[in-house]
Amino acid sequence: MKAAVVVFPGSNCDRDLAVAFEKAGFDVSMVWHKDSALPEGVDIVGVPGGFSYGDYLRCGAIAAQSPICKAVVEHANRGGYALGVCNGFQVLTETGVLPGALLRNAGLKYICRTVDLKVATSDSVFTEGYNAGDVIGIPIAHHDGNYFADADTVAQLQDQDRVAFTYADNPNGSIADIAGILSENRRVLGMMPHPERAADEGHGGTDGVAVFRALMGIVATA
Amino acid sequence: MKARVHVMLKNGVLDPQGEAVRHALGAMGFDKVEGVRQGKVIDLTLAEGSSEADVTEMCEKLLANTVIESYSIEML
Repeated sequence: MKAAVVVFPGSNCDRDLAVAFEKAGFDVSMVWHKDSALPEGVDIVGVPGGFSYGDYLRCGAIAAQSPICKAVVEHANRGGYALGVCNGFQVLTETGVLPGALLRNAGLKYICRTVDLKVATSDSVFTEGYNAGDVIGIPIAHHDGNYFADADTVAQLQDQDRVAFTYADNPNGSIADIAGILSENRRVLGMMPHPERAADEGHGGTDGVAVFRALMGIVATA
Repeated sequence: MKARVHVMLKNGVLDPQGEAVRHALGAMGFDKVEGVRQGKVIDLTLAEGSSEADVTEMCEKLLANTVIESYSIEML
């Protein structure tokens, strides 16, 4: 199974994400933002955290227009799998692959700590390794993680069971406590918390491992 | 020729930075300030013959995120 991790100027979680995929058994290749195509046969694309293009204009806005992002959007539109974490979630909303947008944290502060997340659905290739209602500890590290979408979009996400994770104690003002959402075909997940930072004993927690293990199992049999 | 684009968060979208400015103004004694919204101004220098439609396309595709922001264009 092949994973590709996108690297933008300013990405800083790309290697962490690659290691998490590798530990789950994926062959991982890194792809540069100027590349216009993904490597042949890629099953899942990881869009990592960081500060792509310095977060200029809006977080993820310029990355969303990069050559590689056009390929990522085509991959997603073909039904390919993708995981966007933190800045990667911002990028995926800016491309329109996922609905909504990420605003400045309601408290205006950059927040870096481990938070409790509730698994809102186990019905996805990313969350099948959990039970709905599980509470897991996953680090967040963001200044612009305040998820916003209009009321109709939020209702649609909830009706279609596309909210993947919610915050147990909302740290950033996100509407409906939303921490991560799925695409309509449930093959793209965007989330502000960092499962790849909870994927090794040395991290102080391994609650994020199930995301990558479940992916490996399900993508392999798809 | 030049164009000036104003980008603002839409009404109904919380603007925590504007709120922080409002609180600061209140604390300084400017007690008549009832609301503050903070936005961006983007000045574009354009080749002759550019149209407002070109700038609209730029706004829709990059300069504003119309999920959360509205924009207005002044051709100068």
